[in-house]
Amino acid sequence: MSSISCQGLRKSFGAVRAVDGLSLEVEQGAAVALLGPSGCGKTTTLRLIAGFERPDAGTISVGGRPLSGPGTFVPPEKRRIGVVFQDYALFPHHDVAGNVAYGLGRGADRGRVREVLDLVGLAAEGDRSVNELSGGQQQRVALARALAPAPEVILLDEPFSNLDASLRAKVRDEVREILDAEDVTAIFVTHDQEEALSVADTVAVVNAGRVEQVGTPEEVYSRPANRWVAGFLGEIEVLPGVARGGSVTCDLGAISGDWDLAGEVDVLVRPESLAVDISPPPDRPATQALVVSRSFYGHDQMLELRLPSGRTVRSRRLGFPAWHPGDRVRVWIDGPADVLARD
Amino acid sequence: MLVAGGVLAAAAALPLAYLAIVTAGAGTDAVEALWRARTASLVLRSLALTAAVTAATIAIAVPLAWLTVRTDLPGRRLWTVAAVLPLVIPSYIGAYAIISALGPVGLARDLLAPLGVERLPSIAGFPGAWLTLTLFTYPLVLLPVRAALRRLDPQLEEAALGMGRSPAEVFRTIVLPHLAPAIAAGSLLVSLYVLSDFGAVSIMRFESFTTSIYTLYRASFDRVGAASLATLLAALMLVILWLESRTRGSAALYRSAPGTARSPRLVPLGRWRWPALAFCAAVSLLALALPLAVLVYWSLRSVSGDVVWGAILTGAGHSLLASGLAALVAALCAVPIAVLAVRFASPFSAAVERLSYTGHALPGIVVALALVFFGTRVVPGLYQTLAMLVFAFVVLFLPLAVGVTRASLLQVSPRVEEAARSLGRGQLGVLRTVTGPLISPGVLAGAALVFLTAIKELPATLILAPIGFETLATEIWKATSIGFFERGAIPSLALLAISALPLYLLTARD
Repeated sequence: MSSISCQGLRKSFGAVRAVDGLSLEVEQGAAVALLGPSGCGKTTTLRLIAGFERPDAGTISVGGRPLSGPGTFVPPEKRRIGVVFQDYALFPHHDVAGNVAYGLGRGADRGRVREVLDLVGLAAEGDRSVNELSGGQQQRVALARALAPAPEVILLDEPFSNLDASLRAKVRDEVREILDAEDVTAIFVTHDQEEALSVADTVAVVNAGRVEQVGTPEEVYSRPANRWVAGFLGEIEVLPGVARGGSVTCDLGAISGDWDLAGEVDVLVRPESLAVDISPPPDRPATQALVVSRSFYGHDQMLELRLPSGRTVRSRRLGFPAWHPGDRVRVWIDGPADVLARD
Repeated sequence: MLVAGGVLAAAAALPLAYLAIVTAGAGTDAVEALWRARTASLVLRSLALTAAVTAATIAIAVPLAWLTVRTDLPGRRLWTVAAVLPLVIPSYIGAYAIISALGPVGLARDLLAPLGVERLPSIAGFPGAWLTLTLFTYPLVLLPVRAALRRLDPQLEEAALGMGRSPAEVFRTIVLPHLAPAIAAGSLLVSLYVLSDFGAVSIMRFESFTTSIYTLYRASFDRVGAASLATLLAALMLVILWLESRTRGSAALYRSAPGTARSPRLVPLGRWRWPALAFCAAVSLLALALPLAVLVYWSLRSVSGDVVWGAILTGAGHSLLASGLAALVAALCAVPIAVLAVRFASPFSAAVERLSYTGHALPGIVVALALVFFGTRVVPGLYQTLAMLVFAFVVLFLPLAVGVTRASLLQVSPRVEEAARSLGRGQLGVLRTVTGPLISPGVLAGAALVFLTAIKELPATLILAPIGFETLATEIWKATSIGFFERGAIPSLALLAISALPLYLLTARD
């Protein structure tokens, strides 16, 4: 059953079309990332779902209950949707427990407050002022506060962007565990590909106010629906090729797959899927190449290779063995490649 | 919220609109009245006083600011406090202290009597008004100039010195241009203060706009004449405000470098510290020590005589009542106006906010007169009631409350309110449980500011207070204007003491 359903959402601010025909279906209990560059409309989408903004057009329903649509607008306080803000937006005049109890209304159930604080690992901090907490702790208070009234859906706006890089990976895992423990449907907004790919079950890539592609992290990364998605999710090489009978020929030789294409196509391959060695494994067709330049990053190295056709491609390899400009090598595709019809 | 804000703002602007209509309706009568009142010479005299006071306040405030911020003047903190304090002394108490000390039969004559001095030259009229207003308004220039000096990036001056300019040239080419906006802002406050002042000019018997309006209104009940002059004065002040907004420099003067501003190196005064100290001492002596000493002296003299304690207590009670009510009402009205302006920005809410500021640009006597006409003709039931006086205070001082409330509301992130909405509270619930508690210090500070200002207000109280409703301010003014210096002393000290309390509360928060 689909928990959240957005159909044809539109929202403009003056002349700016922030959300322009966005549709999205989210499964019950899923964690979905809305991934896109800044200004793509992902935060506006979140605010439309929360009810902080009214859509100009389109419908939103949660669990089959219509929330926004023609003639329908449920105010945010009646939506049962929890929100975690980018800057946390904690109540500075309440302590930690007071923040968590706020959404439970008068005569708040102390047991529930303790339960949620326990869940986020702040059981001992209930009577502390929120201003004394570290960024990571504040974020967990914001999460606990949003979860306390047991909402159907929780929305998180750039939840990890205010945290130190060193904390971020750890907090991401913790948040994912907490969301799973509460079995709540979550949508979170991020501009960070790594964050989206590592935390979400489903990634919706948003550009210019609409969804470009929805899929598992693996799908959107290795089988991008178009060049824009491919480029946004990381470095990628685009090689012109010709498709005939399920096989595609390009500067890197022939590759086969289940593509139903014919004629001019683009082959999309990520640098880490381009293997390099002096001699390739015996069963691999490989192409000759010359190392033109090399950047060393410690854990890995990026090689720029010139192919016999004169085209250059990049290959990301582990840091060792080291290659040097002038080395003559063989290069072959060793990993997923995607083929798109030429526009 | 929209309706509440609109109604409040309209109420604040209504009496003034009414005044303009009365004047316009009088037509040729109004023109004739202005002619009779020898208006041209009145305008010239008022403008001359304004210009002279403004020039003098700049001459005092700029060196004082520089000495207390950028030099190694001994006792800088003490001088800073002493230099700002005269601001709490209302002009009529200042005028009373000065005329009773330096006037022809004042205390100075008593001190000089053994030397054969029988009568000092009169300081009433222009010199007295000029001296009083200068001494009690220069802090209005001092405060912004001090703030500007502290913001000024010392690296700019160091760079200029490094290019071979002399310190005097650096002051002229770097420091002064940066101070110009602050000096202009302070001068504007001083000019508006002088034009709208009633206390000092009436006690010094200087015929200004405000005293002429009051005389016309009180002596001859010449309503058209008073209304015409009041409208003209209001127009004059609006022209000054408009000129100021037109000429306000668009030049951006920023700290040039990123990073933390270093505090500037203090200029060593060397032997110059003695004249510098003498200058600071002279200013504080005249503007602070003299008035306080005079008040204490007259108080002691009056205690040995027969003090009408009952009248003083009643006056204090009335002052507290009227100002307290005004503070309460203004603070309550400020919340919807500020919420409207900050959270529901639109041309309408901007207009509401601007309308609520009308009172601030106008002298108390003009607002009071407008309310007299409005009261007698439209709502006679309210004329000369406490409600009318409180309403006048609210019209005059609402902007103070709106300003502070608005500032504190701007610090509350809309995200916090949205968080509360998503947790199940409606708009009113959020206002009650989140926004309200978060802006309450600001609302309280706004109320304190209104109280502090209203308790010192004189002309509106004189004109609008119910018959027999004497406040400390009217007691002081009435005693002084007929030369009963002893009778005004204890009420003056009481007024200063009462108004010092909210001032302390306001500054203790910083």
